[in-house]
Amino acid sequence: MRRHWLLPALALAAAASLFISLLFGSLPIPAVQVLDGVLFPAPGVVGDVIWKLRLPRVLAAFACGGLLATAGVLLQVLLRNPLADPYVLGISGGAALGALIAVLAGAGLAWVNLGALAGALGAIALVLALSLRAGDWNLHRLLLTGVVLSAGFTALISLLLTFAPQAQLQGMLFWLMGDLSHAGASGYAWVVLAGVLAAFILYAGSLDALALGPLKARALGVALLPVQTAVYFGAALATVAAVLLGGTVGFVGMMVPHALRLTGVHEHRWLLPAAALVGGSFVAVADTFARTVWAPQQLPVGVFTALIGVPVLLLLLSRRP
Amino acid sequence: MMLEAEQLTLTAGARTLVSGFDFAAAPGELWAVLGCNGSGKTTLLHALAGLMPAAAGRLTVAGKAPAEYAPRALGRVRGILLQREDHEFWGTLAQYVMLGRYPHARGLFGGDADDEAAVARALDAFDLAPLAARAYGTLSGGERQRARLAQLWAQDPPLMLLDEPLQHLDLRHQLQALERVRAAVRGAGKAALVVMHDLTFAGCFDRVLMLYGDGRYAAGAAPELLEAGRLAELYGCRVRAFGDGPDAHFIPVV
Repeated sequence: MRRHWLLPALALAAAASLFISLLFGSLPIPAVQVLDGVLFPAPGVVGDVIWKLRLPRVLAAFACGGLLATAGVLLQVLLRNPLADPYVLGISGGAALGALIAVLAGAGLAWVNLGALAGALGAIALVLALSLRAGDWNLHRLLLTGVVLSAGFTALISLLLTFAPQAQLQGMLFWLMGDLSHAGASGYAWVVLAGVLAAFILYAGSLDALALGPLKARALGVALLPVQTAVYFGAALATVAAVLLGGTVGFVGMMVPHALRLTGVHEHRWLLPAAALVGGSFVAVADTFARTVWAPQQLPVGVFTALIGVPVLLLLLSRRP
Repeated sequence: MMLEAEQLTLTAGARTLVSGFDFAAAPGELWAVLGCNGSGKTTLLHALAGLMPAAAGRLTVAGKAPAEYAPRALGRVRGILLQREDHEFWGTLAQYVMLGRYPHARGLFGGDADDEAAVARALDAFDLAPLAARAYGTLSGGERQRARLAQLWAQDPPLMLLDEPLQHLDLRHQLQALERVRAAVRGAGKAALVVMHDLTFAGCFDRVLMLYGDGRYAAGAAPELLEAGRLAELYGCRVRAFGDGPDAHFIPVV
């Protein structure tokens, strides 16, 4: 069946997208030299551009996309809503608020990231505290609490933007639209991605059963509360790691799992790795556009994920009878 | 005993649906569960399946309280066909039926050969093999009902709780489903409780449980309980009986 060639094909596509992303940049380097530089690292301008500038950026973009798509899969099955995305639970709103406060205070990159982390963790704690108050794990309340809190964060962010001085405004807007130009080392993001993927591929059967709804899942023998809790924290962890890398890159987390489902991938042991590969490739390519189309001006990658994603998803939707 | 309840009390809001419920179902017993709308049949089934706690009383499934089982182990002992499944399943029919193997899963990556064989048998049992690759969402109401039955057959628990298994089924598949249940009980020694409204096939059951919705219940052999007077009292309408034993039919008097 199709599943046998799906993952190898997607892995190949991911490698191709990484390589293509390495090809483009302000310094024109022929493809042969890029390949040579990757395979046989040597000191020099070409080697430095590839290994110190492009590769970290491309790897950050890939990790960011993979994390968002993985979080999207997890939240869509937890909330049983194919349109859920990693930002629906207010994590991104909290992170944005924390990051923007740091930007507004004129703090450096490290503080912005710390602000985002604090904001994201604060939002997770707040959503959990508010939705768990009644003592049970009610997903409707969880979703509504997240949506309501997101709206509150958006209002506060708008307020911040209104008062922000001109000098800081562009940086703040870029953060909100999703921007990888300040993404530093992405090692931690790769660790989170690998960990979350491995954990949930092992429990893919439970995710499949969870998709049938809580009552049915329990009837089949799913330990509901532990599984739901793990899915929630897995998605939260992936989202936080992605947001720290690239701000709130939109569209990936909702679209990639949805597009894969439309092409017939449903079982989570295939869907999870496939989504991570497609999401990563997608953001890597989108970020290549973002940094080259208007060079030397860098554009926010979130603009391109939406510009590429919208027609692709519309095409998939119209293909379906 | 497959299922044993002692002084079980079930409530819904302020209403007491069943109280002082003493009940036992042994392997090889096929029970019809009858009662008016809202009399607590579904609530009782959910409680017996360990999906909701009873207000009072003791319940054991194959000798242990449901809470004493690990979730998967409970899934291997009892299975329930839910009356309603509100959640759209995104995959194919075969993948849906395969989820019935969840409590049996040994391998990390999906079903092994045993699971595949169980799914193939379950699909066959309900005439679903030709539809196996179809998207679940494109199935008709009756086909989905058969898919749910097939999933329960793939799960293959010794205690089966079926909530209106014949709904949406055409006549032939109603008969088929009933035959499968009877074969599982008589041939494979399972115990089954079947909630139903249609009395057409009432004669096929050897035991009957009647819920009156006000705390009272009656449980016993079918020939004793399945008679016009009792059914008239249960449903609050006049009922006429034709024939007896397996051929008994009950028709409301218009």
